[in-house]
Amino acid sequence: MLDYLLSFLILFGAIFTFIGSLGLVRLKDFYTRLHGPTKATTLGVGSILIASAIFFSTRGTGISLHEILITLFLLITAPVSAHLLAKAALHLELNSLAKIPTKKVQQEGLEQANQTEVAQQTTEKIEPLTSSDGSQDQELAQKQ
Amino acid sequence: MLDIVLPIAFGLVAVAVAMSFWRLLRGPSAPDRILALDTLNINTIALLVLLGIHLSSALFFEAALLIALMGFISTVAFCKYLLRGDIIE
Amino acid sequence: MRRLLPHPLLTPILTVVWLLLNNSIAPGQIVLGLILGWAIPLLSIRFWPDKVYVYKPLTLMRYIIVVLIDIVVANFIVARRILGNPDRLKPAFAKLPLDLTSDLAISLLANSITLTPGTLSARLSSDRKYLLIHALNETDPDALIVTIKQRYERLLKEIFEKC
Repeated sequence: MLDYLLSFLILFGAIFTFIGSLGLVRLKDFYTRLHGPTKATTLGVGSILIASAIFFSTRGTGISLHEILITLFLLITAPVSAHLLAKAALHLELNSLAKIPTKKVQQEGLEQANQTEVAQQTTEKIEPLTSSDGSQDQELAQKQ
Repeated sequence: MLDIVLPIAFGLVAVAVAMSFWRLLRGPSAPDRILALDTLNINTIALLVLLGIHLSSALFFEAALLIALMGFISTVAFCKYLLRGDIIE
Repeated sequence: MRRLLPHPLLTPILTVVWLLLNNSIAPGQIVLGLILGWAIPLLSIRFWPDKVYVYKPLTLMRYIIVVLIDIVVANFIVARRILGNPDRLKPAFAKLPLDLTSDLAISLLANSITLTPGTLSARLSSDRKYLLIHALNETDPDALIVTIKQRYERLLKEIFEKC
Protein backbone atom coordinates (compact mmCIF):
# COMPACT_ATOMS: atom_id res chain seq x y z
CA MET A 1 0.00 0.00 0.00
CA LEU A 2 2.74 2.40 1.07
CA ASP A 3 4.76 1.33 -1.93
CA TYR A 4 1.94 2.38 -4.23
CA LEU A 5 1.58 5.77 -2.54
CA LEU A 6 5.33 6.36 -2.86
CA SER A 7 5.36 5.30 -6.49
CA PHE A 8 2.39 7.52 -7.25
CA LEU A 9 4.01 10.57 -5.60
CA ILE A 10 7.34 10.01 -7.37
CA LEU A 11 5.75 9.49 -10.77
CA PHE A 12 3.40 12.46 -10.29
CA GLY A 13 6.34 14.67 -9.29
CA ALA A 14 8.53 13.52 -12.16
CA ILE A 15 5.75 14.11 -14.69
CA PHE A 16 5.13 17.64 -13.43
CA THR A 17 8.85 18.44 -13.36
CA PHE A 18 8.97 17.23 -16.95
CA ILE A 19 5.95 19.31 -18.00
CA GLY A 20 7.43 22.42 -16.38
CA SER A 21 10.59 22.11 -18.44
CA LEU A 22 8.57 21.19 -21.52
CA GLY A 23 6.85 24.55 -21.15
CA LEU A 24 10.28 26.17 -21.21
CA VAL A 25 10.89 24.66 -24.65
CA ARG A 26 7.45 24.81 -26.23
CA LEU A 27 5.99 28.18 -25.36
CA LYS A 28 6.60 31.15 -27.59
CA ASP A 29 7.49 34.17 -25.49
CA PHE A 30 9.30 34.81 -22.24
CA TYR A 31 6.28 35.77 -20.14
CA THR A 32 4.36 32.59 -20.95
CA ARG A 33 7.51 30.51 -20.47
CA LEU A 34 7.75 31.90 -16.98
CA HIS A 35 4.52 30.09 -16.03
CA GLY A 36 5.81 26.56 -16.56
CA PRO A 37 8.82 26.37 -14.25
CA THR A 38 7.34 28.48 -11.47
CA LYS A 39 4.22 26.39 -11.05
CA ALA A 40 4.63 22.91 -12.43
CA THR A 41 8.20 22.42 -11.30
CA THR A 42 7.48 23.60 -7.77
CA LEU A 43 4.65 21.12 -7.28
CA GLY A 44 6.62 18.37 -9.03
CA VAL A 45 9.69 18.73 -6.84
CA GLY A 46 7.44 19.23 -3.81
CA SER A 47 5.75 15.87 -4.27
CA ILE A 48 9.09 14.11 -4.92
CA LEU A 49 10.39 15.63 -1.66
CA ILE A 50 7.29 14.49 0.24
CA ALA A 51 7.77 11.00 -1.19
CA SER A 52 11.36 11.11 0.08
CA ALA A 53 10.15 12.18 3.56
CA ILE A 54 7.69 9.26 3.68
CA PHE A 55 10.35 6.87 2.37
CA PHE A 56 12.94 7.72 5.01
CA SER A 57 10.33 7.90 7.80
CA THR A 58 9.27 4.33 7.15
CA ARG A 59 12.68 2.85 6.43
CA GLY A 60 15.18 4.75 8.52
CA THR A 61 15.57 5.13 12.23
CA GLY A 62 12.57 7.24 13.09
CA ILE A 63 10.66 10.06 11.48
CA SER A 64 12.44 12.13 8.85
CA LEU A 65 10.80 15.43 8.07
CA HIS A 66 13.63 17.65 6.94
CA GLU A 67 12.55 17.38 3.28
CA ILE A 68 9.58 19.51 4.27
CA LEU A 69 12.07 22.35 4.76
CA ILE A 70 13.15 22.30 1.10
CA THR A 71 9.52 22.07 -0.03
CA LEU A 72 8.57 25.11 2.03
CA PHE A 73 11.65 26.98 0.90
CA LEU A 74 10.87 26.33 -2.76
CA LEU A 75 7.24 27.28 -2.25
CA ILE A 76 8.31 30.62 -0.77
CA THR A 77 11.14 31.43 -3.18
CA ALA A 78 9.67 30.33 -6.53
CA PRO A 79 7.17 33.21 -6.78
CA VAL A 80 9.79 35.71 -5.63
CA SER A 81 12.25 34.75 -8.35
CA ALA A 82 9.41 34.66 -10.91
CA HIS A 83 8.37 38.16 -9.92
CA LEU A 84 11.96 39.42 -10.20
CA LEU A 85 12.41 37.76 -13.59
CA ALA A 86 9.19 39.30 -14.89
CA LYS A 87 10.32 42.67 -13.59
CA ALA A 88 13.70 42.30 -15.30
CA ALA A 89 11.98 41.28 -18.56
CA LEU A 90 9.68 44.31 -18.42
CA HIS A 91 12.69 46.48 -17.71
CA LEU A 92 14.47 45.12 -20.80
CA GLU A 93 11.22 45.40 -22.83
CA LEU A 94 11.31 41.89 -24.20
CA ASN A 95 8.91 40.92 -26.96
CA SER A 96 5.61 39.60 -25.74
CA LEU A 97 2.59 37.89 -27.24
CA ALA A 98 0.43 39.99 -24.98
CA LYS A 99 0.23 43.72 -25.27
CA ILE A 100 2.75 45.16 -22.84
CA PRO A 101 1.45 48.16 -20.95
CA THR A 102 3.64 51.17 -21.62
CA LYS A 103 5.99 52.44 -18.96
CA LYS A 104 3.44 55.15 -18.24
CA VAL A 105 0.63 52.71 -17.56
CA GLN A 106 2.90 50.69 -15.30
CA GLN A 107 3.55 53.78 -13.22
CA GLU A 108 0.03 55.14 -13.54
CA GLY A 109 -0.61 55.41 -9.84
CA LEU A 110 2.01 58.12 -9.63
CA GLU A 111 0.58 60.13 -12.46
CA GLN A 112 -2.94 60.29 -11.15
CA ALA A 113 -1.57 62.66 -8.55
CA ASN A 114 -0.77 65.21 -11.22
CA GLN A 115 -3.53 64.89 -13.78
CA THR A 116 -2.40 67.76 -15.97
CA GLU A 117 0.81 66.02 -16.88
CA VAL A 118 -1.11 62.91 -17.92
CA ALA A 119 -3.16 64.87 -20.41
CA GLN A 120 0.01 66.15 -22.03
CA GLN A 121 1.73 62.84 -22.04
CA THR A 122 -1.08 60.77 -23.54
CA THR A 123 -0.76 62.67 -26.81
CA GLU A 124 2.77 61.40 -27.29
CA LYS A 125 2.09 57.91 -26.03
CA ILE A 126 4.45 55.35 -27.52
CA GLU A 127 2.92 52.23 -29.02
CA PRO A 128 4.06 49.15 -27.12
CA LEU A 129 6.17 46.50 -28.79
CA THR A 130 3.97 43.65 -29.89
CA SER A 131 4.41 40.67 -32.11
CA SER A 132 1.48 38.67 -33.36
CA ASP A 133 3.43 35.44 -33.25
CA GLY A 134 6.75 34.16 -32.01
CA SER A 135 8.55 35.03 -35.26
CA GLN A 136 10.38 38.04 -33.83
CA ASP A 137 11.54 35.91 -30.99
CA GLN A 138 13.00 33.37 -33.36
CA GLU A 139 14.59 35.98 -35.58
CA LEU A 140 16.31 37.38 -32.55
CA ALA A 141 17.64 33.94 -31.74
CA GLN A 142 18.99 33.42 -35.24
CA LYS A 143 20.80 36.75 -35.19
CA GLN A 144 22.61 35.64 -32.08
CA MET B 1 6.73 -1.23 -7.64
CA LEU B 2 9.32 1.35 -6.63
CA ASP B 3 11.92 -0.46 -8.74
CA ILE B 4 9.82 0.12 -11.85
CA VAL B 5 8.85 3.70 -11.09
CA LEU B 6 12.27 5.07 -10.11
CA PRO B 7 13.99 4.56 -13.50
CA ILE B 8 11.00 6.16 -15.24
CA ALA B 9 11.20 9.14 -12.89
CA PHE B 10 14.96 9.40 -13.43
CA GLY B 11 14.39 9.40 -17.19
CA LEU B 12 11.68 12.09 -17.05
CA VAL B 13 13.73 14.39 -14.82
CA ALA B 14 16.86 13.84 -16.94
CA VAL B 15 14.93 14.87 -20.06
CA ALA B 16 13.68 17.91 -18.11
CA VAL B 17 17.30 18.81 -17.30
CA ALA B 18 18.20 18.45 -20.97
CA MET B 19 15.32 20.71 -22.03
CA SER B 20 16.26 23.43 -19.53
CA PHE B 21 19.83 23.16 -20.77
CA TRP B 22 18.62 23.62 -24.34
CA ARG B 23 16.82 26.80 -23.34
CA LEU B 24 19.94 27.94 -21.48
CA LEU B 25 22.04 27.58 -24.62
CA ARG B 26 19.49 29.00 -27.03
CA GLY B 27 18.36 32.04 -25.10
CA PRO B 28 17.33 34.23 -26.89
CA SER B 29 17.38 36.83 -24.11
CA ALA B 30 19.16 37.14 -20.78
CA PRO B 31 16.03 36.58 -18.61
CA ASP B 32 15.37 33.39 -20.60
CA ARG B 33 18.78 32.09 -19.66
CA ILE B 34 18.30 33.01 -16.00
CA LEU B 35 14.94 31.24 -16.01
CA ALA B 36 16.60 28.19 -17.55
CA LEU B 37 19.28 28.23 -14.84
CA ASP B 38 16.60 28.49 -12.14
CA THR B 39 14.73 25.53 -13.64
CA LEU B 40 17.98 23.61 -13.90
CA ASN B 41 18.51 24.18 -10.17
CA ILE B 42 15.08 22.85 -9.27
CA ASN B 43 15.48 19.87 -11.61
CA THR B 44 18.81 19.07 -10.01
CA ILE B 45 17.16 19.05 -6.58
CA ALA B 46 14.60 16.56 -7.90
CA LEU B 47 17.38 14.41 -9.37
CA LEU B 48 19.36 14.45 -6.11
CA VAL B 49 16.33 13.52 -4.01
CA LEU B 50 15.51 10.67 -6.40
CA LEU B 51 19.11 9.46 -6.11
CA GLY B 52 18.78 9.64 -2.33
CA ILE B 53 15.69 7.40 -2.48
CA HIS B 54 17.40 5.05 -4.94
CA LEU B 55 20.49 4.61 -2.76
CA SER B 56 18.49 4.78 0.53
CA SER B 57 20.91 7.42 1.75
CA ALA B 58 19.96 10.60 3.59
CA LEU B 59 23.29 12.19 2.75
CA PHE B 60 21.94 13.93 -0.33
CA PHE B 61 19.57 16.09 1.68
CA GLU B 62 22.25 18.63 2.58
CA ALA B 63 23.34 18.95 -1.04
CA ALA B 64 19.74 19.49 -2.15
CA LEU B 65 19.17 22.12 0.54
CA LEU B 66 22.35 23.97 -0.43
CA ILE B 67 21.43 23.93 -4.12
CA ALA B 68 17.98 25.30 -3.27
CA LEU B 69 19.49 28.14 -1.21
CA MET B 70 22.27 29.06 -3.61
CA GLY B 71 19.97 28.73 -6.63
CA PHE B 72 17.52 31.25 -5.23
CA ILE B 73 20.25 33.68 -4.25
CA SER B 74 21.94 33.47 -7.65
CA THR B 75 18.62 34.02 -9.47
CA VAL B 76 17.96 37.11 -7.37
CA ALA B 77 21.49 38.39 -7.96
CA PHE B 78 21.23 37.90 -11.74
CA CYS B 79 17.86 39.69 -11.84
CA LYS B 80 19.23 42.56 -9.77
CA TYR B 81 22.11 42.80 -12.20
CA LEU B 82 19.71 43.06 -15.15
CA LEU B 83 17.54 45.60 -13.37
CA ARG B 84 20.26 47.85 -12.03
CA GLY B 85 23.49 46.89 -13.79
CA ASP B 86 24.95 46.39 -10.35
CA ILE B 87 24.51 43.84 -7.58
CA ILE B 88 25.93 45.44 -4.48
CA GLU B 89 24.91 49.06 -4.22
CA MET C 1 9.20 41.40 28.14
CA ARG C 2 9.27 43.26 24.81
CA ARG C 3 13.01 43.63 25.14
CA LEU C 4 13.79 40.09 26.15
CA LEU C 5 11.48 38.47 23.62
CA PRO C 6 11.12 40.92 20.73
CA HIS C 7 9.46 38.56 18.28
CA PRO C 8 7.28 35.99 20.08
CA LEU C 9 6.18 34.29 16.84
CA LEU C 10 9.67 33.93 15.37
CA THR C 11 11.12 32.04 18.33
CA PRO C 12 8.99 28.86 17.98
CA ILE C 13 9.31 28.98 14.17
CA LEU C 14 13.11 29.11 14.35
CA THR C 15 13.15 26.33 16.93
CA VAL C 16 11.03 24.11 14.70
CA VAL C 17 13.25 24.91 11.69
CA TRP C 18 16.34 24.00 13.72
CA LEU C 19 14.78 20.68 14.79
CA LEU C 20 13.75 19.90 11.21
CA LEU C 21 17.24 20.76 9.97
CA ASN C 22 18.82 18.36 12.44
CA ASN C 23 16.03 15.85 11.97
CA SER C 24 15.91 14.98 15.66
CA ILE C 25 13.91 15.82 18.77
CA ALA C 26 16.66 15.00 21.26
CA PRO C 27 16.43 17.19 24.41
CA GLY C 28 19.82 18.75 23.63
CA GLN C 29 18.68 19.85 20.19
CA ILE C 30 15.47 21.32 21.63
CA VAL C 31 17.48 23.40 24.13
CA LEU C 32 19.89 24.55 21.41
CA GLY C 33 16.94 25.35 19.13
CA LEU C 34 15.28 27.42 21.85
CA ILE C 35 18.52 29.31 22.50
CA LEU C 36 18.92 30.06 18.78
CA GLY C 37 15.24 30.97 18.47
CA TRP C 38 15.69 33.43 21.31
CA ALA C 39 19.06 34.86 20.25
CA ILE C 40 18.47 35.35 16.52
CA PRO C 41 15.40 37.63 16.86
CA LEU C 42 17.20 39.55 19.60
CA LEU C 43 20.23 40.17 17.39
CA SER C 44 18.32 40.80 14.16
CA ILE C 45 15.41 42.87 15.47
CA ARG C 46 16.83 46.07 14.01
CA PHE C 47 16.74 44.65 10.48
CA TRP C 48 13.04 43.86 10.56
CA PRO C 49 11.09 46.47 8.61
CA ASP C 50 7.98 46.68 10.77
CA LYS C 51 5.92 44.75 13.25
CA VAL C 52 3.51 42.17 11.91
CA TYR C 53 0.15 41.69 13.55
CA VAL C 54 -2.13 38.81 12.68
CA TYR C 55 -5.63 39.92 13.61
CA LYS C 56 -7.41 36.73 12.64
CA PRO C 57 -5.29 33.57 12.90
CA LEU C 58 -8.23 31.34 11.92
CA THR C 59 -8.77 33.24 8.68
CA LEU C 60 -5.03 32.86 8.03
CA MET C 61 -5.40 29.08 8.31
CA ARG C 62 -8.33 29.20 5.89
CA TYR C 63 -6.30 31.34 3.50
CA ILE C 64 -3.39 28.87 3.56
CA ILE C 65 -5.74 25.97 2.79
CA VAL C 66 -7.42 27.90 -0.06
CA VAL C 67 -4.01 28.75 -1.56
CA LEU C 68 -2.70 25.17 -1.22
CA ILE C 69 -5.76 23.78 -3.02
CA ASP C 70 -5.40 26.44 -5.71
CA ILE C 71 -1.73 25.55 -6.22
CA VAL C 72 -2.67 21.97 -7.09
CA VAL C 73 -5.51 23.13 -9.36
CA ALA C 74 -3.16 25.67 -10.96
CA ASN C 75 -0.68 22.97 -11.84
CA PHE C 76 -3.23 20.92 -13.71
CA ILE C 77 -4.45 23.99 -15.59
CA VAL C 78 -0.92 25.08 -16.55
CA ALA C 79 0.06 21.51 -17.48
CA ARG C 80 -2.92 21.31 -19.83
CA ARG C 81 -2.03 24.67 -21.40
CA ILE C 82 1.58 23.58 -21.95
CA LEU C 83 0.58 20.25 -23.48
CA GLY C 84 -2.06 21.92 -25.66
CA ASN C 85 -1.36 23.90 -28.80
CA PRO C 86 0.86 26.85 -27.79
CA ASP C 87 -0.42 28.94 -30.70
CA ARG C 88 -3.88 29.03 -29.23
CA LEU C 89 -2.78 30.67 -25.97
CA LYS C 90 -4.06 34.17 -25.38
CA PRO C 91 -1.71 35.75 -22.84
CA ALA C 92 -2.67 39.12 -21.46
CA PHE C 93 -1.52 41.74 -19.00
CA ALA C 94 -3.95 43.05 -16.41
CA LYS C 95 -3.69 45.77 -13.83
CA LEU C 96 -4.89 45.04 -10.31
CA PRO C 97 -5.65 48.07 -8.15
CA LEU C 98 -4.56 47.27 -4.61
CA ASP C 99 -6.60 47.89 -1.47
CA LEU C 100 -3.91 46.49 0.79
CA THR C 101 -1.37 48.78 2.37
CA SER C 102 0.92 46.67 4.54
CA ASP C 103 4.10 45.35 2.90
CA LEU C 104 3.67 41.79 4.09
CA ALA C 105 0.08 41.58 2.84
CA ILE C 106 1.07 42.89 -0.59
CA SER C 107 3.96 40.45 -0.93
CA LEU C 108 1.76 37.56 0.22
CA LEU C 109 -0.85 38.56 -2.35
CA ALA C 110 1.79 38.74 -5.10
CA ASN C 111 3.13 35.32 -4.12
CA SER C 112 -0.34 33.77 -4.06
CA ILE C 113 -1.12 35.25 -7.47
CA THR C 114 2.04 33.71 -8.89
CA LEU C 115 1.33 30.29 -7.43
CA THR C 116 -2.35 30.11 -8.45
CA PRO C 117 -4.04 29.31 -11.77
CA GLY C 118 -2.47 30.83 -14.85
CA THR C 119 -1.44 34.16 -13.37
CA LEU C 120 1.86 35.77 -12.50
CA SER C 121 2.56 38.99 -10.67
CA ALA C 122 4.98 41.01 -12.76
CA ARG C 123 5.44 44.42 -11.29
CA LEU C 124 4.38 46.61 -8.41
CA SER C 125 3.94 50.27 -9.30
CA SER C 126 6.32 52.52 -7.42
CA ASP C 127 3.55 53.99 -5.25
CA ARG C 128 2.24 50.52 -4.30
CA LYS C 129 -1.22 51.08 -5.70
CA TYR C 130 -1.19 48.76 -8.70
CA LEU C 131 0.05 45.27 -9.36
CA LEU C 132 0.71 44.28 -12.95
CA ILE C 133 -0.42 40.71 -13.62
CA HIS C 134 0.41 38.45 -16.54
CA ALA C 135 -2.19 35.82 -17.35
CA LEU C 136 -1.30 32.75 -19.38
CA ASN C 137 -4.65 32.42 -21.08
CA GLU C 138 -7.24 35.06 -20.34
CA THR C 139 -9.78 36.68 -22.60
CA ASP C 140 -11.45 38.71 -19.87
CA PRO C 141 -8.90 40.51 -17.66
CA ASP C 142 -11.62 42.36 -15.72
CA ALA C 143 -13.25 39.13 -14.54
CA LEU C 144 -9.82 37.86 -13.51
CA ILE C 145 -9.21 40.92 -11.37
CA VAL C 146 -12.60 40.59 -9.67
CA THR C 147 -11.84 36.92 -8.91
CA ILE C 148 -8.44 37.73 -7.40
CA LYS C 149 -9.88 40.54 -5.31
CA GLN C 150 -12.67 38.39 -3.91
CA ARG C 151 -10.70 35.20 -3.43
CA TYR C 152 -7.41 36.44 -1.97
CA GLU C 153 -7.28 40.15 -1.31
CA ARG C 154 -10.42 40.28 0.84
CA LEU C 155 -9.11 37.52 3.11
CA LEU C 156 -5.65 39.11 3.38
CA LYS C 157 -7.20 42.44 4.28
CA GLU C 158 -9.16 40.77 7.06
CA ILE C 159 -6.06 39.01 8.36
CA PHE C 160 -3.43 41.73 8.36
CA GLU C 161 -5.28 45.02 8.47
CA LYS C 162 -7.62 46.43 11.04
CA CYS C 163 -10.94 47.27 9.47
